[in-house]
Amino acid sequence: MKIAVCIKQVPTREWQPRLNDQKTWIREQDVSYEMNEPDAYALEEALRLREKHSGEVVVCSAGPARVQTVIREALARGADRAIHVQDDSLGAADAFVLADALAAAMKDETFDLVLTGLQSDDQGHGQTGVILAERLGIPSSTIIMDVQIENNALRVKRELEGGWFQWIAMPLPALLTIQSGINQLRYATLKGIMAAKKKEIRKASLPDGLQPSQQIVGLAVPTRSKQTQMITGSPADAAKELVRRLREEARAL
Amino acid sequence: MILVIAEQREGKLNRATWESVAAAQQLAGTAQQLAGGMPITIAVLGAGTGDVAQELASAAVSEVLVAEHPALDPYTPDAYAAACRALIESTSPTFVLLPHTYQTRDFAPLLAARLRKPLITDVTGIVGTGADATFTRPMFQGKLAAQVKPQGGPPALVTMQIGALRADAALKGGSAAVRKVDVQIDSSSIRQKPEAPFREAKQAVDLAQAERIVAVGRGIKSQDNISLAEKLAKAMDAEVAASRPICDNGWLPMERQIGSSGQTVAPKLYVALGISGAIQHLVGMKGARTIVAINKDAEAPIFEVADYGIVGDLFEIAPALIAELEKK
Repeated sequence: MKIAVCIKQVPTREWQPRLNDQKTWIREQDVSYEMNEPDAYALEEALRLREKHSGEVVVCSAGPARVQTVIREALARGADRAIHVQDDSLGAADAFVLADALAAAMKDETFDLVLTGLQSDDQGHGQTGVILAERLGIPSSTIIMDVQIENNALRVKRELEGGWFQWIAMPLPALLTIQSGINQLRYATLKGIMAAKKKEIRKASLPDGLQPSQQIVGLAVPTRSKQTQMITGSPADAAKELVRRLREEARAL
Repeated sequence: MILVIAEQREGKLNRATWESVAAAQQLAGTAQQLAGGMPITIAVLGAGTGDVAQELASAAVSEVLVAEHPALDPYTPDAYAAACRALIESTSPTFVLLPHTYQTRDFAPLLAARLRKPLITDVTGIVGTGADATFTRPMFQGKLAAQVKPQGGPPALVTMQIGALRADAALKGGSAAVRKVDVQIDSSSIRQKPEAPFREAKQAVDLAQAERIVAVGRGIKSQDNISLAEKLAKAMDAEVAASRPICDNGWLPMERQIGSSGQTVAPKLYVALGISGAIQHLVGMKGARTIVAINKDAEAPIFEVADYGIVGDLFEIAPALIAELEKK
């Protein structure tokens, strides 16, 4: 089986946002990055499927030169090779541009299965995977919690709201967007990190003429919907004050 | 014209549809009683949609369309994208509004890809009216809010975050005409074959009934520390719950998960311990009467919905709270 995993590099969870002067994007020089968490689960699922069905796992990522860090990390965890659509403009690109960029670089590979995380922890459109499927001409299913392949037939468990699930059968090739928690992640071993250095990263360029579908005209720290009373002081003092207010003001205890 | 795509299953309307109707009325200017606003049409899709169209016809909108086709039940993204595309091409809306549900997350990007038109997801607010409107949506895990403008000409597709507008804000009093429309769906183009929905296990704890909840997030760091949350819960006479990553790691059972993929609760008291407040979690608990947030990160989005907040190390604050509660 030839499996592609699309991975995005996003700011770390600990990152404190700072805006550029135009307040239309973040100050990228302040950012530390990591692998988008749902994509890490997609990678793990691809590695498990390869262990079961043999074949290869190809990491695909669209972004500036910096995304090589997460590509190397994915290779260190066990992916076989990578495709990197490299362009500085891709760091802030929307889902349409990313999907079109990835589709152009991936279409001649004729993958049997394409996996990606259900959404990114940065822009969070939750669209790139499904648009990519359409551009590759293959069916998709989203928010997947289990992947079964038998006799070249695909059966996936899709998460619905409120604790409900549904099994869905689909022909291969197909694209699935993977939900966090589908499996237990593995981490790179020293041997994996050494091996990753020799693995191939094919560079692809951004196709001409891709137009963004939406423009960010402003970015800001969200306005509070509630007046939050912040309680300060030592842990003991803060605890005492909180308990007092929960008893006397909120009458919640 | 604004087209609202209703969500229904087996003739039962998803309440979030009313929130999208309210959003459409705000976008059109109806809600602000502006003259000359865009007309609103609601479309109901399915095989047997029952009284859903009649129910929606009570809204202050121009028309309710009913597009029934056997291929629309059970739901598949291929059939819904095909049907919505046909409706959009025959009605030429400026905006298409949908609730941001697990179903629209599945088919709306496909629809947008086929139309090659923008899709703005998870929208929490609309600024302005008509064609010049911009849409507010969370980015970077809710740390920032973006104002977004669709590009490339109408229609623009917009999904509204659940709870962003109130369902009862939708203006009623209209007597919209209900009209049946034909949609052609080529059954052989539907590639997904769904089975019946099921629940994994019977929920042993009904967190919706709990008066008080102590919920833990990533800040608890390891499974060994869950006992700290359990002690605090005991001292508060509360149930223990968690955000998704905790249940994904198996530190607490899935049935104790709060959020869009777990349970929705509205207790008297909700204590969020080391929970940053990703939107998927907030939708499950922001209806709580009193919310306490304890987090080391002062910028964490959980503080936006909290009534009381303490910025600090939960491993110092939780024991202090337990000691305080156990006094006397």
